[in-house]
Amino acid sequence: MKNNILVIGGGPAGLEASSILSRMGYNVILAEKEKLLGGHLAKWDRLFPDQVPAKEVLNDMLGRMDGVKCFTETKVNSINLLENSYNAMLSNGITVLADAVLLASGFDLFKAEKKEEYGYGIYEGVLTNADLEKAFQEGKKSSPAPRAIGFVHCVGSRDEKAGNPACSKVCCATAVKQAIETKELYPEADVYCFYMDLRMFGRHYEDLYLRAQKSGIRFIRGRVSEVAETAEGRLLVKAEDTLSSKPLKVTLDRLVLMAGMRPSKTGHDVGRQLNLSIEDDGFFSAKDGLQNLQKSKLPGFFYAGACTGPKTLPDTLHEARSAAMEIDRYIKENFRK
Amino acid sequence: MIDFGFSVSPSSRINLDNADKEKFARLAIAEPDVLKCMACGSCTASCTAGAFEDTSLRRAILSLQNGLSDDASKLLSHCMLCGKCTMVCPRGINTRHLILSIQKIYSL
Ligand SMILES: Cc1cc2nc3c(=O)[nH]c(=O)nc-3n(C[C@H](O)[C@H](O)[C@H](O)COP(=O)(O)OP(=O)(O)OC[C@H]3O[C@@H](n4cnc5c(N)ncnc54)[C@H](O)[C@@H]3O)c2cc1C
Ligand code: SF4
Ligand code: SF4
Ligand code: SF4
Repeated sequence: MKNNILVIGGGPAGLEASSILSRMGYNVILAEKEKLLGGHLAKWDRLFPDQVPAKEVLNDMLGRMDGVKCFTETKVNSINLLENSYNAMLSNGITVLADAVLLASGFDLFKAEKKEEYGYGIYEGVLTNADLEKAFQEGKKSSPAPRAIGFVHCVGSRDEKAGNPACSKVCCATAVKQAIETKELYPEADVYCFYMDLRMFGRHYEDLYLRAQKSGIRFIRGRVSEVAETAEGRLLVKAEDTLSSKPLKVTLDRLVLMAGMRPSKTGHDVGRQLNLSIEDDGFFSAKDGLQNLQKSKLPGFFYAGACTGPKTLPDTLHEARSAAMEIDRYIKENFRK
Repeated sequence: MIDFGFSVSPSSRINLDNADKEKFARLAIAEPDVLKCMACGSCTASCTAGAFEDTSLRRAILSLQNGLSDDASKLLSHCMLCGKCTMVCPRGINTRHLILSIQKIYSL
């Protein structure tokens, strides 16, 4: 008999783990609340650090999904732990009895309008990293071309007042990548990145930074403190250039906010039903953060991807593979004696 | 001019809208490596002149980016072109050559 495995969330983590578990011989049922599979990956145009088209990566993953039962536009209405399996009622009326569950509910993008001083939703020229990816996907080009464009790092991250003291890990690389792409699109424009620290930790990331510098992008160390509209409808941006200890102002046509990663609300809905523990940062807490990142405190309940904190795509995929391995081990130890 | 008995001090705020970007662009063509500076401060830390006078290539580059060439001039006025900073720059910038180009383009 094939054991049933329920995967909640059809983003990169859920997709990768599902296809592997299916090839291991399990009966995998995946529930995704949205119409389309792919999670946030489906919203990105090109990926840092090497600008690989996100669509290619996603299509590769979708091509391995044969054999997995995928239910889209489907949420988990209720889930509870029976003696040694999970009983889940899905919103499409189907009930699943699963021997193991993988939660891959990912993240929600920080709501940039909460940082009112940046004017998102108020001024037309202010957009988020996600909005810019969408514009890139659609191949949109503004005319007349913008003369000056700024990127604001750490929006809703490293900000206790915004409710999130943590770093979102992916947005420095995203900002530098998007700044390069913007400069390529509008070579005459002045492009600025306002950062506090540049966290270019991964392989090839520092190369991306150097490339941005060489293309003439100016890095200003200081957090944007306020944005106002000028009489001509442009954006007056103020920050401190902390490297010269002087206040600074500049008029821009666009300001792109690097909104950070927050825990998924619908992921929390699932977590509440099983009393899963959450850390101060709002993300689910793994059994321990060094050796048991994929395990929860419940037997047979596992995590992968951004539901346990900000992660890059490769991080997420590694976790999905580890989770598949942990689930396989768990089933073999508990159901096949 | 009428003396009102008080003076208005000029704003010390950097205004990038008014910065001379044309001159900096000329510098970047002559010395593309100027763009690679990552403000690490190694040049300033090892500067022979800096031990006695306020000398800093890092801040001079920053001043030029901010359109403050007078500040840059002051920060390089005691440079002896000894080339010590070239040995320590982690971005491999030929800083000595860069200083000469700055002096030429900005006629310091
Ligand atoms: C602006 C930005 C740009 C990025 N660019 C890059 C990049 O260039 N390179 C890179 O390596 N990384 C990048 N990342 C990181 C990358 O997006 C994440 O690592 C990845 O999306 C995490 O995958 P995930 O499956 O854990 O979560 P998600 O992508 O968030 O997917 C989670 C899925 O679960 C679904 N879901 C949630 N709750 C439920 C529920 N209760 N029931 C059913 N379904 C549910 C959601 O609808 C979603 O489809 C970027 C991140 C941001 C914010
Ligand atoms: S990755 Fe960079 S932009 Fe994002 S929160 Fe961390 S320091 Fe800020
Ligand atoms: S070349 Fe000039 S700036 Fe460089 S170390 Fe010598 S004195 Fe200092
Ligand atoms: S040593 Fe080089 S990189 Fe560092 S501040 Fe000086 S010029 Fe810039």
